[in-house]
Amino acid sequence: MASMASSVRSWLDERFHLEDLKALAQKKTVPLHRYSYWYFLGGMTLFLFGVQVITGVLLLLYYRPGADEAFESVQLIMTQVQFGWLIRSIHSWSANLLVFMAFAHLFSVLFLKSYRKPRELTWVSGVFLLFLMLGFGFSGYLLPWNTLSYFATKVGTEIPAQIPIVGRPILLFLRGGEEITGSTLTRMFGLHIAILPAIATFLIVLHLGMIQWFGMSVPPGIEADWGATPNRRREIRFFPNFVLRELMAWYVALGLLGALAALFPWTLGVKADLFAPAPAGIKPEWYFLFMFQTLKLIPAKILGLDGEVLGIIAFGLVGAIALLLPFLDRGNSSSSRRWVAGMACLFLGYMVAMTVYGWVAK
Amino acid sequence: MTGSLTPRAQRILRTGIVVKVLVASFLSCGQFAAAQAKNSCLDYHSSLPEPLGVSADVFSQNIHAQKGLTCAACHGGDASSDDPEKAMSRAAGWKGKIERSQIPELCASCHADAELMKKYNPRLRVDQFQQYKTSVHGQRWAEGESKVAVCTDCHGVHELRAPSDPRSKVHPANIATTCSHCHAGAEYMKPYGIKTDQFANYQESVHHEAMVVRGDLSAPTCTTCHGNHGATPPGVANVTNVCSNCHVFQAQLFDASPHRAVFAAGGFPGCVTCHSNHGIKHPTDEMIGMGEKAFCVQCHTEGDEGAKKAVAMHDRLASLAAAIAASDDLLDHAERQGMEVSQAKLQQAQARDALLKARVAVHSFRDVDLKRDTDAGLAIARQTRAAGEQAMAEWKFRRVGLGISVLAIAVAVIGLGLYIRNIEAS
Amino acid sequence: MHSASSATAAATERQGLARRRFVNLLLGTGLLASAASFLYPILRYLVPPKLPDLGSDAVLAAKVSEMKPNTAKTFRFGSRPGLLVETAPGEYHAMSATCTHLGCTVQYRSDLHEIWCACHNGMYDLNGRNVSGPPPRPLEVFDVQVRGEDIFVRRRQEA
Repeated sequence: MASMASSVRSWLDERFHLEDLKALAQKKTVPLHRYSYWYFLGGMTLFLFGVQVITGVLLLLYYRPGADEAFESVQLIMTQVQFGWLIRSIHSWSANLLVFMAFAHLFSVLFLKSYRKPRELTWVSGVFLLFLMLGFGFSGYLLPWNTLSYFATKVGTEIPAQIPIVGRPILLFLRGGEEITGSTLTRMFGLHIAILPAIATFLIVLHLGMIQWFGMSVPPGIEADWGATPNRRREIRFFPNFVLRELMAWYVALGLLGALAALFPWTLGVKADLFAPAPAGIKPEWYFLFMFQTLKLIPAKILGLDGEVLGIIAFGLVGAIALLLPFLDRGNSSSSRRWVAGMACLFLGYMVAMTVYGWVAK
Repeated sequence: MTGSLTPRAQRILRTGIVVKVLVASFLSCGQFAAAQAKNSCLDYHSSLPEPLGVSADVFSQNIHAQKGLTCAACHGGDASSDDPEKAMSRAAGWKGKIERSQIPELCASCHADAELMKKYNPRLRVDQFQQYKTSVHGQRWAEGESKVAVCTDCHGVHELRAPSDPRSKVHPANIATTCSHCHAGAEYMKPYGIKTDQFANYQESVHHEAMVVRGDLSAPTCTTCHGNHGATPPGVANVTNVCSNCHVFQAQLFDASPHRAVFAAGGFPGCVTCHSNHGIKHPTDEMIGMGEKAFCVQCHTEGDEGAKKAVAMHDRLASLAAAIAASDDLLDHAERQGMEVSQAKLQQAQARDALLKARVAVHSFRDVDLKRDTDAGLAIARQTRAAGEQAMAEWKFRRVGLGISVLAIAVAVIGLGLYIRNIEAS
Repeated sequence: MHSASSATAAATERQGLARRRFVNLLLGTGLLASAASFLYPILRYLVPPKLPDLGSDAVLAAKVSEMKPNTAKTFRFGSRPGLLVETAPGEYHAMSATCTHLGCTVQYRSDLHEIWCACHNGMYDLNGRNVSGPPPRPLEVFDVQVRGEDIFVRRRQEA
């Protein structure tokens, strides 16, 4: 058995120079310091994305897009297909965990200042990936075609419509028409399983490639310390030490997903009725709540300008700042560092507060 | 006739006759052409205020007007003349305002004439006046009473529409309201000594609900049980016959039951004894048995043969209803937990059918008949309950499966941790 | 003295080896068991469910062999019962079996050649039309299509 494995290995090595690759991989290290645990978040996000891809492909075997079949096909999956309830519930729960993890990863990278030179583009690709995850969440939410998805998509697409000039074309593009209909479903389905995955794959490969190229970033304070006293520098090997630890974390995440799916299965809801009035208290999924709630609270007019439009523009600005952060903060002085950390803290606090408020508000 | 005249005069006369005939037939065609006939009465009276005014709009919807009749058809006179002297001349047969007492015979002058009615609507009956004379209204009218209903009281006069028109006062959905105009008035009905709560009671009944809420026009209204033209209460002995027109099974079972002879002997009004006549509410299982809402208590005493059977029958119905409800709850719960129970839910419909049949079988007042239906229903409810329990067992199995996989994961995680420690120790 | 410490060293090494083996066994078992608990549901998931999925508008009501002339079969159409009647060999009628009066399940009367509701004596003809008794509306009539041995019942499509 072992000799067969080694002969296969030498056969591959002759052609692909596996031993060289192996030597390269052995060299990869991960810095060890008091913030090292945060390094797990990126891999966790990737893992959850992988779970989504696998469960998504499985769901694709039974799901039928189309206003008159979507709900029924999800019903089939939940009730008739063996373990369909498990696959579907894992997909829904993992989606939420993925978005949460993506935000956590972003904020940890922000606070640990890993976006500094030379890793600016890694950060940019990461922020785009976050936007993509939100897009995945938004497009996927409509696919079960129940009352909740229908109205959440309705209010969700009404928000960008407020943007002056480009707002209406955006609305028509997202909805595939004036109203939410079967055309919207088709469009969201195409976005969810083809367009967004294609862009995401490209960006992930880019993101991971750049991480390999530049190696792991070390927070400025610790970097300075190690610069002064090099013998304090601690590292662990990526293969197998860090990978094994990540595997543990991924296993725990898998167990958590299974527990959530079995104890709190995702409900089917009621099939969407295009002519029914909106039920009271409709709100989008939690990761859009802070924006939704902000827009609800903004006064109608601020200094003579439309309040909602200003709100959306403000969010756009925040998104742009997030995207261009490495270029705005070169991370050279400690005062700029504290400034960025402070603003990020404030914004994080604001997001959490608004999300909670949006959740409990009627 | 033309013999004594010159040939030229004869020609003129003949031409004149031909012209007159042509004109007359043209004019008489107008009689059959709806609303084309000149109606000078309406032209003038439509601009008058009450009580002499008649709205042209309203009259145009009158079924008689639509068939081409004018005011003169009932009031007499000459509707083609604009000259009031000519239009309202006694010589032309003008009657003026018709007295109430004259109305039935006036209407009957056309509506009891089979030959005439055939020309307008061959399907219409021509015995309404005949029937009216047998009714309580008709009998009192014949005695000279003016307060009782005559044709126009129910059908309307100038706004009179066909009964199939939803706005007609005698459209099935409106009949009860029309009758209530007199019969619900306590002051009006005082001299006759009959109750005035029928309409109020009827409005609480299932029949009213079927008619008005569910829009089932075949549901009974006043005239269904009392008749329309020959309106008379059916009488105590004939109640079951009237109800049996729709409630066939219950009546058949009742007729074969021991209660039939007993009720007849005691002068009890058949179905009405337990179900009431006007305010017929949805029957409940509590109506049978010896409980406080039951009717059996009124005749039977605790412990007698009938009482024992009543209690047995009530208990059977109650146990079946409870079994169905329990299965429903379990199946709903399972469904909410995400389990597939649609087949069992479909079977529940059969159990509910059995309960419905059992509630009909009650009317035989024989426990053995009831037992057949309730046993069938209980068997089905048992099956659906088993299906629900199976669904919940599957649900539990999922949790067990989860427990197993979590255990496997825990072992893997611990194994990994120890392995890491091992390789890093060396 | 020397042999005693080497003996303890050897013992420690044997202990270490045993511990390593135990950990490897634990890890292997854990990985295998957890992999099995992931793979088992996925493999079961890939096997399609038994019921033929014809959408919500069509249903396999019966086989030709199980129907006889002047008999009927109650079948499931979505979440409600349906009635399939064979009047003459090869001639079928299908309709909803829910009485339009109060929702009882109707049945075919082979003596009367009509559809009958046992609850309140409602009668329908073979085209679903309510002909006597309390039912206010006809039964919804379905299309029947015979393909080989299978009798399919489908909701009527609007032209």
